[in-house]
Amino acid sequence: MNEQTQMSAETDDLVIAGVNYKSRLLVGTGKYRDFAQTQMAIEVSGAEIVTVAIRRTNLGQNAGEPNLLDYITPDRFTILPNTAGCYDADTAVRTCRLAREILDGHRLVKLEVLGDQKTLYPDIVETLRAAEILCREGFEVMVYTTDDPIIARRLEAIGCVAIMPLAAPIGSGLGLQNRFTIREIVETVRVPVIVDAGVGTASDASIAMELGCDAVLMNTAIAEARDPVKMASAMRHAIVAGRLAYQAGRMPRRTHAAASSPLDGTFFT
Amino acid sequence: MQLVINGAPRQVSENLSITELLVTLAIQGRLAVEVNGEIVPRSGFSAYYLTANDTVEIVKAIGGG
Repeated sequence: MNEQTQMSAETDDLVIAGVNYKSRLLVGTGKYRDFAQTQMAIEVSGAEIVTVAIRRTNLGQNAGEPNLLDYITPDRFTILPNTAGCYDADTAVRTCRLAREILDGHRLVKLEVLGDQKTLYPDIVETLRAAEILCREGFEVMVYTTDDPIIARRLEAIGCVAIMPLAAPIGSGLGLQNRFTIREIVETVRVPVIVDAGVGTASDASIAMELGCDAVLMNTAIAEARDPVKMASAMRHAIVAGRLAYQAGRMPRRTHAAASSPLDGTFFT
Repeated sequence: MQLVINGAPRQVSENLSITELLVTLAIQGRLAVEVNGEIVPRSGFSAYYLTANDTVEIVKAIGGG
């Protein structure tokens, strides 16, 4: 990086609900081998916003086992509790209220209300209902949704602080399936657009950023890589590369070749 | 008395506060507690006494995406 791009990169913050973040990569904490690996991968990813799920504590012989939040601490990271596993609005709202209690009144949540276990596709009717309740209760809602610009606009109108369309189904690693709809959403809403789910490798993350997305949220692409810590580093670079390419503005596409060396002044005929 | 804790029936002693229940279960750290569907704030754990057949949920943050 030269001095100028470095400077502009420093001021190019991601702003969610009035809070500035340097990193445009958000990461999950699921599917890692252990908390030590989770911690190392997240450290290397440079992510500042980290998702967690809310579940029953283990009773009996596993009571007193280590706690994720002792490794990924709320004083260092913005903890983003999700509503994963919820298939209706009421369960999602209940999960967010419990998360707020666990995190001492913390208001930022990732809302996801799913339709079925096969596709893990968002149930938009329930998602809209939950978003309305949560926004009314003062939650700052980052919402997982389909890649539909009209729904994105509705969710923004309800008061969601970030729109998070899927690139492909959760955990599929198929990469961004519809550049057109993602691009439309970026042009439609004013709050940050964060591609959430479906990224498989670094180039997928770059493509999302090149389309003008404000950030990318991923879990499996890092956690299920052969070397999660190295993939976390790859993703960090991919996000920065994609963002810079978006800001730089790509060259126009041409149907035919265009020589890079001048045709004038050749010494041969 | 019997409570239903995280979906399973469990025998505990009478006149038990949430604080005492958590000690009995050897559970600590950041968590949230719901009794019969209502969240009990952490500050109210020691003053909240459970009654027989209460349904208690004790939840925490775990890894997720």
